[in-house]
Amino acid sequence: MGVGIEVQNLNAWYGNNHTLQDINLNIPANHATALIGPSGCGKSTFVRCLNRMHETNPIARVTGVVRIGELDIYSDAKPVEIRRRVGMVFQRPNPFPTMSIYDNVAAGLKLNGYANKRSLDEIVERSLKNSALWEEVKDDLKKKSGASLSGGQQQRLCIARALAVDPEVLLMDEPASALDPVSTSKIEDLIFQLKSQYTIVIVTHNMQQAARVAEKTGFFLNGRMVEFESTHKIFTNPSDKRTEDYITGRFG
Amino acid sequence: MHVEVKVPEIRLRQAQTQPEGRSGSEKNPAQAPRDGHSPVRRFLLSRGNSAVADRGFHWLMVLCALSIFGIVALIVWELLKGSHLAWTSFHFEFFYKSYTNTFDGQTSYWDPVNGQFSAVPFIYGTLVSSFLALMIAVPLAVGVAIFLTEMCPRMLRGPLAFLTELLAAIPSIVYGLWAVFELVPLLRVHVNPLLTQYLGWTGLFKDDNPTGLGFVAAAVILAIMILPIISSLTREVMTAVPHSQREAVLALGATRWEMIRMGVLRNARIGIVGGIILGLGRALGETMAVTMVIGNTPEIHKSLLSNGTSMASVLANEFAEAVSDLHRSALIEIGLALFIVTIIVNALAQLLVWAVTRGAPAEAH
Repeated sequence: MGVGIEVQNLNAWYGNNHTLQDINLNIPANHATALIGPSGCGKSTFVRCLNRMHETNPIARVTGVVRIGELDIYSDAKPVEIRRRVGMVFQRPNPFPTMSIYDNVAAGLKLNGYANKRSLDEIVERSLKNSALWEEVKDDLKKKSGASLSGGQQQRLCIARALAVDPEVLLMDEPASALDPVSTSKIEDLIFQLKSQYTIVIVTHNMQQAARVAEKTGFFLNGRMVEFESTHKIFTNPSDKRTEDYITGRFG
Repeated sequence: MHVEVKVPEIRLRQAQTQPEGRSGSEKNPAQAPRDGHSPVRRFLLSRGNSAVADRGFHWLMVLCALSIFGIVALIVWELLKGSHLAWTSFHFEFFYKSYTNTFDGQTSYWDPVNGQFSAVPFIYGTLVSSFLALMIAVPLAVGVAIFLTEMCPRMLRGPLAFLTELLAAIPSIVYGLWAVFELVPLLRVHVNPLLTQYLGWTGLFKDDNPTGLGFVAAAVILAIMILPIISSLTREVMTAVPHSQREAVLALGATRWEMIRMGVLRNARIGIVGGIILGLGRALGETMAVTMVIGNTPEIHKSLLSNGTSMASVLANEFAEAVSDLHRSALIEIGLALFIVTIIVNALAQLLVWAVTRGAPAEAH
């Protein structure tokens, strides 16, 4: 089951560039939360702060408090432990090209030394079913490489890979922006199903997508969070003029 | 030309934003026709179609490519012609025969005075010293490459990479001199006794050679010589692994080493194999440094600390002083054999690369 995320006074920098300024919000457990905003507004940086991927860049820096469930991720744990609990799906599908489909899904578990063969088989099957890919790949799980799939299938494979480690939170950084409309709608259906079991945070440029999949939506602009409300309110009756300008297409 | 073409656009825009200003087109070279053509158009029209130059270039390049075939053919022809006498005397026996010395009953392979010639110890020496060199150089080179691409502070990266490349620029003879005066004494006094003590049970290390020369010395110097080529190729392919692969592994909760193993080395392995092959190619043919430290004894011993010889070093040692036509011909046949061994190694390497490439979904282990 997913857990909620509590963010207090989060600030992030790339070098001297102050990319996130005083972010405060509470992301509810077992719901999908969408983050929208123009390019460069800091929404990707924000999700990367939630699993401490931001700091893998040597010039990056973070201050503030992020609580995932009970865990204060910046003081109570090492990045490795957090990333085992917080899955991430990236903008471009990045399956491991040298591994079979099966090994791609099992990668996270094998990495951590999970060796029970039979339960591994079950987990791989369940993860692929959860990511709606099982029917398409079940016959060549170990025969085909992860790179031999189509772009949309690859992204669902990446989702299966993230689900296999049974994360409490699933971060998705524009998961459908490199995909065609059919694949995109499959991914959206998937998010819709998954949000009952996982806390999902999805960054998107597509406002219809946010409206379709998310209960809550945050609008980011220039490194600040302008508004964080129920998706319905953001798209029908935003309280901030800038949010309204953005969603009606007046800038960005 | 791009600049010339862009100018009118910019001026036009200025003209639009300042309607009261001078008309942009009057001063615009590309839009001021004298004879119906702009200067750019006039210039391009005055150029021919360059067909002659293009065809000349084509044939020049064909000639360059064909010269490779010519050179290889000449080498093979010369080797075949020179080794004809030895070939007619020994046929395939040259590659497996051993002789019994009538004087002391010992096995011998190479006795120019008695006209007994066999390539066995030379092929053995070349292969053993080269593969031993790979065993030392590959882990070291991959380690250097990992450090340089994944963990090295930016400040140190340039100098360290430069030093590694510098190793490749040192002439073979200089390596040989250094090996004779520094490496061999070091091995003799400190390393060989340890090898004998701890690995003597394998039978591969027997400290009965007081000189310190031999396969181990040759392999160490070869390893140093092929280190830069393997490490720079490995570094290159590791740098080419997309950042997204590293992030994918990190996001699964991998430590740095796990990230390197799964996200980088795994993806770069074909290139690494390629680098190892290039290194092996260099090790097989390396002559000078090996000749100076391998001991130059055409014998085969199980111990890697004993003196040996290699195909390239016997050529370097004996060719100028061959005692007979048959001796010279046998040496040329060794040259031919070296040529063939190199081709076989490269073919095997190609097969390996091919196998690695097509076996992409490797079974888990």
